[in-house]
Amino acid sequence: MDIKKTALAGTLESSDIQITLSKGDNGVNIDLDSSVEELYGDQIRKVITDTLAAYGIKNANVKAVDKGALDCVVKARTMAAAQRALETTDQPDWEVF
Amino acid sequence: MEERLRRTMMFVPGNNAGMVKDAGIYGADSIMFDLEDSVSMSEKDAARMLVYEALQTQDYGDSELVVRVNGIDTPYFKNDVYAMVKAGIEVVRLPKVESAQMMLDLVKVVEEAEKKFDRKPGSTHVMAAIESAKGVLNAPEIAASTDRMIGLALSAEDYTTDMKTHRYPDGAELEFARNMILHAARAAGIAAFDTVFTNMNDIEGFQRETEHIHELGFDGKSLVNPRQIDWVNKVYEPTKKEIENALDVEAAIEEAHQKGSGVISMNGQMVDRPVVLRAQRVIRLAKASNLINEEGEYIEK
Repeated sequence: MDIKKTALAGTLESSDIQITLSKGDNGVNIDLDSSVEELYGDQIRKVITDTLAAYGIKNANVKAVDKGALDCVVKARTMAAAQRALETTDQPDWEVF
Repeated sequence: MEERLRRTMMFVPGNNAGMVKDAGIYGADSIMFDLEDSVSMSEKDAARMLVYEALQTQDYGDSELVVRVNGIDTPYFKNDVYAMVKAGIEVVRLPKVESAQMMLDLVKVVEEAEKKFDRKPGSTHVMAAIESAKGVLNAPEIAASTDRMIGLALSAEDYTTDMKTHRYPDGAELEFARNMILHAARAAGIAAFDTVFTNMNDIEGFQRETEHIHELGFDGKSLVNPRQIDWVNKVYEPTKKEIENALDVEAAIEEAHQKGSGVISMNGQMVDRPVVLRAQRVIRLAKASNLINEEGEYIEK
């Protein structure tokens, strides 16, 4: 699935993560800004990559600003950004839920 | 349907990651994740996903889990219900209910979703928020609309606007609605929830209102702030005398069982069914307030 437009989801409030997805042509590149990067950076990247893969997104530039989000929040915000970027917000992909 | 304590139903804005994450730590009897008024139009999709994913992984203890979906006439409604049924939510709360038909329309979508996502048929319960004159007048038919109903809630902001008034400290503007909703709920054997009290600085007003709705017979109250949970529980806490009496009734029931007698007697008098029911409710409340120990004795706090 190709990203149709740049899309953002999530906030910069505590316990949240803000994900911005834009078109890319060289796999999934994640630019992560997190105060817990050292401890949880890999895990956050994995949740983002797995979630994008579930939508069939193979190429994307991802900007992620983490404010201490749990995995479930990272997944939910990536899902919202992905569906917005694919312009399918009105038809949730129930397989990914 | 199993009767459970529903003293406090805490509202949690569905798109607030921090509040959704922490909602389980306050000991509310029910947690109501909100996808409706607290979420802006542009974030409806994100809130639905956030609540869904949190329900998959977070531990909310013994709290009953409720989601307020967007209204039946909105483009978000169906996806909200589908997602929440898939998540295994216990109760779907429909806002602005004005007729039994609206609940039946909700149930139809719930049924579709239970089938689509392999949830046990009938496992998702529903409740109605009454927010208008029409809703109040139709409360009895709404309360009895479906076997899935667990309760009616009064939502005073919209209701008082519909009635061309606003909230007053004495609550006179809500008397009819409260009594109507309470009677409709009791007649249908479901719970009744009072409206929120939003002025966090008026603790005395909150106390007065909670005592009033407790006296009327409401199961509990909707809350916007976790601080209010303890205040409500305090009002619903049974007295020492009530607990001791309830324990006596329980002992009398036990004695009757052991004797194989169908008649329960205490101090030489027959104990009627209403007394038994009231005693059971007092004991449930006392246990929830940690006023009875494991041996079933009253403990001083």
